Amino acid sequence: MRKVIMGNHAVSYGVRACDVKVLSAYPITPQTQVVELLSEMCASGEIDAKFIKVESEHSAMTACVGASAAGVRAFTATSAQGLLLMHEVLHWAVGARLPIVLANINRAVGPPWSIWTDQNDSLSQRDVGWLQIYCESNQETQDTIVQAFKIAETVKLPVMLVLDAFFLSHTFEIVDILEAKDVRKFLPPYVAETKIDVDDPHSFGNLGSPSEYFELRYMIQKAMEEARDVVKDVDIEFKEHFGRGYGVVHPYRCDGADVILVTSGTVASTTRAVIDEMRDEGIKIGSLKIRLFRPFPVEEVYEVLSKAKKVAVIDRNISFGHHGIFFQEIKSALYGRTDVPIFGYITGLGGRDVTPKVIREIADRAVSDEKQERDINWIGVKV
Amino acid sequence: MRPAKIPTEELMTSGHLACQGCGATQAMRFALKAMGPKTALVIPACCWSVIDGPFPHTSLKVPICHTLFEAAASTASGLKAGLEMRGDTETVVMAWAGDGGTFDIGIQALSGAAERNEDIMYCCYDNEAYMNTGIQRSSATPVGAWTTTTPVAHYKKRPKKKIIDIMAAHSIPYIATASVAYPQDLIEKFRRAREIKGTRFMHVLAPCPTGWKLAPELSVAMARLAVTSRVFPLIEVTDNGSTWKVWKDFEQTPVADYMKPQGRFRHLTDKEIDSIEEEVDRNWQIMLSRERLSADLPGLER
Ligand SMILES: Cc1ncc(C[n+]2csc(CCOP(=O)(O)OP(=O)(O)O)c2C)c(N)n1
Ligand SMILES: [Mg+2]
Repeated sequence: MRKVIMGNHAVSYGVRACDVKVLSAYPITPQTQVVELLSEMCASGEIDAKFIKVESEHSAMTACVGASAAGVRAFTATSAQGLLLMHEVLHWAVGARLPIVLANINRAVGPPWSIWTDQNDSLSQRDVGWLQIYCESNQETQDTIVQAFKIAETVKLPVMLVLDAFFLSHTFEIVDILEAKDVRKFLPPYVAETKIDVDDPHSFGNLGSPSEYFELRYMIQKAMEEARDVVKDVDIEFKEHFGRGYGVVHPYRCDGADVILVTSGTVASTTRAVIDEMRDEGIKIGSLKIRLFRPFPVEEVYEVLSKAKKVAVIDRNISFGHHGIFFQEIKSALYGRTDVPIFGYITGLGGRDVTPKVIREIADRAVSDEKQERDINWIGVKV
Repeated sequence: MRPAKIPTEELMTSGHLACQGCGATQAMRFALKAMGPKTALVIPACCWSVIDGPFPHTSLKVPICHTLFEAAASTASGLKAGLEMRGDTETVVMAWAGDGGTFDIGIQALSGAAERNEDIMYCCYDNEAYMNTGIQRSSATPVGAWTTTTPVAHYKKRPKKKIIDIMAAHSIPYIATASVAYPQDLIEKFRRAREIKGTRFMHVLAPCPTGWKLAPELSVAMARLAVTSRVFPLIEVTDNGSTWKVWKDFEQTPVADYMKPQGRFRHLTDKEIDSIEEEVDRNWQIMLSRERLSADLPGLER
């Protein structure tokens, strides 16, 4: 069935197809429609799940921790301040190796209060050990929810799905809606290897001495490394079932490109339109969308970018005191393997529009080398 | 108080990491005797996250989901929902938290769970300070007490937070206080709570010899004196917070007898102890008047 739905509802439809047993969430703009539709789906019986309407995001995530520890699928969604309030629990879910799935609608962090998009909320969770996948369309969003559970349960790590506030969350697009009966063949019912069970009692999460803790962290990193392949395999398998795949990165017209623009989220679509326009003008330019952010797809990124003469990274985020965060990641992925120059561009913070004109300015600068710094170029800032 | 048989079954083993005379450990042992093996515990950061024992050991024969300090009630809510959805409707989920995890940092999650009337038990073992981190004051620390953050020169000036009143205001089906000095009563109450649906809140006074500056062998005696001095009344609140029942069938003892053996109160003058006794008496009278009120009020569910 094809339907015109908003990005937030694409999240809900993805969850509806996954046999999720416990939902727990707290409202925050721009995430609200995700949980409103899920509440309706639970109330109507379309989803057979318990929906715990908690008093905070900290409780939303700890309720997911409890549910997942019981051995069932658990899901929550949030944004910005909510994600930040969950921070402590995000770490806990990783250490406990619980395959929870979370949708974060990227929203700028206050003050000043802002409900508009940028990536600082999710990117400041970079090192907690959650997988992060950045989505670009409503179809991809729905499909990625389904993929996320499969990935999470395979590597025993939680997965965060990320989409832009408003530009995606509130934008209506045609989505081929997934049905639970079809998804079941791809994502069978979840059987947890370890769980809270009175017939097989264990203590989970108790004191770990220096003689164990280190190894447990090593195992998390190994699982993350394994996830690099698992994300790819799950995507291929998804394509076999449903005819759609997204890759871990998405190169666009990169063959023979001198300059490659690196993007993520909805900026990727806008960028492709600019690439087409510039290619028509005979400029050898392409773009690379980063879909998988953690684990970082180092090889795929190297494969594409090492062939360029220049790389321009567009960041809708900033690590204060350093650079754009995707910029840092790209630099570290290429370090020591190629000397292709990499330029960083910060734009679109707090929901400032990243229009084709903005991207064209970045592309022109990258092509001409004029007026640009190596590490950090502010695009559109009024100072 | 009717004597009840104490089950011989032990769900708590030796080899745990508690201090000598630890009331929290006695509370767990008796509570599990009442609860039985079909119980899953949720333990936030507190002494009990250590008492349980280091990985791969555990001193309990029931499953434990350790969790974050402020998250006992929310984790328990999720665990209960998850177990039910897995088809296990029998297991009782019991959050087991200290006073800090209950009165302070965990009160938001607890209030949320109680308001939703989650089908969980929540037991606060109350040793009246943050013992695990080295005896810092909590909002459960009684007025007059020394802790490492309320030194003698500036001992705790504010009274203990009235957690039972707070929980009663949530209209939950069952609330009870219990003491390790009265194990029969404790076991009966946990058994009663076990059979009720909805949020059940248990408050157990658990003397801490280390933090109270008390000889370990006086731990149970102190728990008893807390009850008989009426500092810690044994009560039950049922009918969604409206019916109060106070246990009065004991010989009253002076508050000074309770406070004097404890080093944490050593700096208090007799006059100060007298004024604490006045406060204890006022609280006792308030509780009795609530009991009378709930007995006299027409139309209350019995
Ligand atoms: C968010 C957070 N803050 C602080 C701590 C440190 N901490 C661990 S246990 C504890 C005190 C616990 O006190 P209480 O709940 O009364 O239990 P007790 O140790 O007395 O048994 C503190 C402050 C923590 N684990 N998490
Ligand atoms: Mg305490």
